[in-house]
Amino acid sequence: MTMSTAAPGSPPSDLGDAVIDVRGLVKHFGSLRVLDDLDLTVASGEVHGLLGPNGAGKTTTLRILLGLLRADAGTLRLLGGDPWHDAVALHHRLAYVPGDVTLWPNLTGGEVIDLLGRMRGGLDRARRDELIERFDLDPTKRGRTYSKGNRQKVALIAALASDVELLLLDEPTAGLDPLMDATFRTYIEQARGSGRTVLLSSHVLSEVEALCDRVSIIRSGVVVESGSLADLRHLTRTAVTAEVRSMPAGLEHLPGVHDLVVDGNRVRASVEREGLTSFIAALGGGVLESLTSQPPTLEELFLRHYREELVPAAADAGPEPRRGLRGRRSA
Amino acid sequence: MTSTPVRPAAAPATTNLLAPPRGRGGALAGVGPVLRLALRRDRILIPAWTLGIAGMATMSAQATVGLYPDLPARVEAAQVVNGSAALIALYGRIQDPTSLGELSMFKLTAFGAAIIGVLFAFLAVRHTRGEEEAGRLELVGATVVARSAPLAAAMGVVAITATAVGSLTGVGLWVAGLPLAGSMAFGAAWAATGLVFGAIGAVAAQLTVSARAATGLSLAVLAVAYVARAIGDLAEQAPGPASWLSPIGWTQQVRAFSGTRWQILVLPLVATAALVPLAFWLRSRRDLGAGLLPDRPGPAVGRLAGPWGLAVRLQRPALLGWTAGVVVMGLALGSVADSVEGFLDTAAMRDIVAALGGEQALVDMFLAAELGIIGAVLAGAGIAAVRWLPHEEGSGRAEVLLATATSRRSWALAHAGVAMLGVAALILVAGLAIGTGHALVVGEPGQVLRLAAAAATRIPAALVMVGIAVAVWGWWPRASWLAWLLFVVFLALGEFGALWGVPDPVMDLSPFRHSPLVPGPDPAFGALPVLLLIALGLVALGVGRFSRRDLGTA
Ligand SMILES: Nc1ncnc2c1ncn2[C@@H]1O[C@H](COP(=O)(O)OP(=O)(O)OP(=O)(O)O)[C@@H](O)[C@H]1O
Ligand SMILES: [Mg+2]
Repeated sequence: MTMSTAAPGSPPSDLGDAVIDVRGLVKHFGSLRVLDDLDLTVASGEVHGLLGPNGAGKTTTLRILLGLLRADAGTLRLLGGDPWHDAVALHHRLAYVPGDVTLWPNLTGGEVIDLLGRMRGGLDRARRDELIERFDLDPTKRGRTYSKGNRQKVALIAALASDVELLLLDEPTAGLDPLMDATFRTYIEQARGSGRTVLLSSHVLSEVEALCDRVSIIRSGVVVESGSLADLRHLTRTAVTAEVRSMPAGLEHLPGVHDLVVDGNRVRASVEREGLTSFIAALGGGVLESLTSQPPTLEELFLRHYREELVPAAADAGPEPRRGLRGRRSA
Repeated sequence: MTSTPVRPAAAPATTNLLAPPRGRGGALAGVGPVLRLALRRDRILIPAWTLGIAGMATMSAQATVGLYPDLPARVEAAQVVNGSAALIALYGRIQDPTSLGELSMFKLTAFGAAIIGVLFAFLAVRHTRGEEEAGRLELVGATVVARSAPLAAAMGVVAITATAVGSLTGVGLWVAGLPLAGSMAFGAAWAATGLVFGAIGAVAAQLTVSARAATGLSLAVLAVAYVARAIGDLAEQAPGPASWLSPIGWTQQVRAFSGTRWQILVLPLVATAALVPLAFWLRSRRDLGAGLLPDRPGPAVGRLAGPWGLAVRLQRPALLGWTAGVVVMGLALGSVADSVEGFLDTAAMRDIVAALGGEQALVDMFLAAELGIIGAVLAGAGIAAVRWLPHEEGSGRAEVLLATATSRRSWALAHAGVAMLGVAALILVAGLAIGTGHALVVGEPGQVLRLAAAAATRIPAALVMVGIAVAVWGWWPRASWLAWLLFVVFLALGEFGALWGVPDPVMDLSPFRHSPLVPGPDPAFGALPVLLLIALGLVALGVGRFSRRDLGTA
C-alpha cells in the first residue's frame, strides 16, 4: 500500500513538485485546538479532494493557505512561497472560492466578477463571457437578488476566468443544480488538462470520486487518510450476506471480518479485501444456500472515517499504523 | 400562512386542523417569543443606554442645583442664554428665567431629545431591517410567527426602552432636587420623543433595503427636525411655526419646569399612532428582504478596478446623503446667524456686546459654535464610514478580496482613506454652505471662503475620531461600539464637562477641545498638525495590527 501520510522524517518522494506542502500545521482559536499537527501535500497538476465531517478544519486549512489566518506552528509552502508573508505575490497565481459566498448587495454579478478579476491581476474577457454563458448566469442582477446557487456561480466564474496555476475551492458545488454541477466538472477537467492544480473541499463523494486524483480525509484537525482513490479502494470492505445450512463456528475470529451479525442460519458481515477468501471458504464449510455481496464503495470508507468509533478498524488495515488514527485526540 | 386545506370547501373543523395555529390574534402570532429574543439580544445595550441617558440628565441637574443656589444667579444665567442666538439655535430658549429646572435642563431638552432620537431610530432599525438584512428574520419568519410579528416586537422593544428611559430620568431629576411633577413631565417628554423616533426608524426600515440606509434616512429626518426647532426658537415670536413641525420642538414645548403643559404630549403620541400603522402597512405590502422599490438590473460589466474604487462605490450613497443634509443644514444655519442682532434689545446688552468685540464678534461666536457642532456630527459620519471595515470583514466579503492579489494594507487603507477624505470634504462643504447662507443674508460674498476656511480647522479633530475607529477595528474587530462610546464621551465632556466639574486633563482627551475657535478673536492653530499626526498614527496603528492578525468572520 502506498499511502503518503508518512511519518515525519520520511517525506514523499514527489515533494519536489508539490504545489502545497504542509507539515505539522497547528491552529488554535482561543483554547480550541482546531488543527492538530496536520500534514497535507498536493502535487503539481493534480486535483486533490479535501474531505471530512463538519467542523473538521477544512475551511480553516484553506484560510491558512491563503494567508487569511496565521498558523500557530508548522511549516507551510504554497507555490514555493510562504502563505502568510508572500500572500500578495502568491495570490497573483491562485484563485479562491469561499464556502459561503456573500456578495455586495448593490453590485451586479458582472461587476463583482470583473472587480475580483482585476484585483487578481487581470482576467480573460472571452473566457469570462464564455463562463457566464455556460453557467447560465445573468450578470446584470444585483448581489442581493441572486439565489444561493447563483451567488456561488459568481464566485466560481470569477475564479475560473483567471489564468492561475492553483485553484482553492471550498465546497464549490454547494447549491449548484445538477446541470451546473456537470458544467463545473468539465471546467475542472479542463483545468487539470491544462496542468493547473486544484484543491477542493467537498461533502459530495460522487464529485470527489469523479474529479479527484487524490484525496485527504481530515477529522478533528488531523489528516487521517491520504492517497489516490485506487489506494483508498483497497481499504474498502465488501458487504457479504449469506444463508448457510449450518453456521460455521469462529467466523468472528477470521481476519478482516467486521460487523458480523449471525441471525439463525443467516449471516451478515463487512469484510476487508484480504479477508474475503478465508471468509467465503469458512462459509462454504457450512454449505452455502445463498450468497450476495455488495461491491466496496468509497462512501462506506468515508463514512467509516467520519464515525469516530470505527477508527481502530481502519488503523489495522494499513501496513504501518498511521498517525492520527490511534486515538490521538487528547482531551 | 401558506398551508392550504386539501379541499377548499372543507368543513370548518377540517380547515382548522390544517390552518396555522392562530393563537391570540393571528396577525401577531409569535410576538412574545420574538420580543423576548430581541430583549435578550440587547440585554446589555438597553440598560446601558437607559442608565447613560438618565445619568447624564441627573448629573446635569445636580451640578446646576449646586452652581446656582439662589434666584438672582439663575436669572442672570438665563438672561445670558436668552441673549445669545448661538445658544438658542443650539439648545433652545429658557422659557422661565426663575425656574431651576429650566436652567438645569436648558442644554439637554432639545439636544438630549436628539440623542434619544438617534438611539431609538437605531434601535427600531436594528430589530427590523437589521435582522432582515442579516438573514436572521428568515429563520424566525419560517417558524410560527406572523409576518408582522418582528416589527411588532421591535416596537415593543422601543416602548419598553422609552418607558425605562422616561421613568429613570424622571426619578433621577427628582432625586437631584428638581420638582417632582416637572421631573416626571420631562421624563415623559423624552420617552415620547423616543417613541416618535422609534416609529420613524420603523417606517424608514420598510422603505430601504439596508439597515445602514434606514438609519441614515432616520437621521436625516432627525437633522431636519433639529434645524426646524432651531429656526422656530429663533423666531421673533418664539416658538415659531417651525417648532410645531418638529418632534424635538414638541419635547421643548412641554415646558416641563415652567407651567408644565402635559397636553402637548398628545402630539408625539398621535404622530407615533400614525407612523406605527404606516410601518405595518408598508411591511404588509412588501416581501421579506425587499424594499419598496424593486431592484433594477445593473451593468453586466464592471468598471471597479480595486479597493479604492470599491470603497468609494460602497460609501458613495452615504456620502451623497450627508452632502445633501449638510448643504441644507448649512444654508439654514448660515442664514439665521445674522438674526443675532434681534436679541440685543437692551442697552446693557449692547454694552456687554461692545465689550466683547461688537456685533460681529457675537455673530462669529455663533458661527464658530455651529461649525463645532457640524464638525462633531461629521466625525460621527466618519466613524460610521469606518464601520465598513468590520462589516466587510465579518460578512466574508473581505475574505474574497484578500484572497486576490490585494494586500490587507491597501484594502484597509482604501476604506479608511475614503472615510477620511469623505469627512474632510463634507466639513468643507458644510463651511461653504454656512458661508453661502450667511453671505446671502449679509451681502458679503467674502463670507463663503472665510467660513469654508474656518470649517477646515475642524477637520483634524474629526479625523482623529476616524483614526480611533480604525484603530479600534484593527485591534478589537468586534468592539466597534468602543469608538462610538468614546465619541459620545468626548461630546458629553465638551457639552457638560465644565458643568460636571471634570478636571482639565480629562477634558483635554477630547480632540474636539483642541480645535481652534474660528471665526473668533484669538484662535490657536497650534494643535492642528498634532491632531493630524495623531489621526494618521491611529490609522497606521489599526491597519498595522490588522495586517498581522487573523481575518475574522461571523
Ligand atoms: N474564527 C473562529 N473562531 C473560533 N472557532 C472557529 C473559527 N473558525 C472556525 N472555528 C472552529 O474550527 C473548527 C473547524 O472549522 P472549519 O470551518 O475549518 O470546518 P470545516 O471542516 O470547513 O467544516 P464544514 O464541513 O462544516 O465546512 C470548527 O470547530 C469551528 O467551530
Ligand atoms: Mg468549511
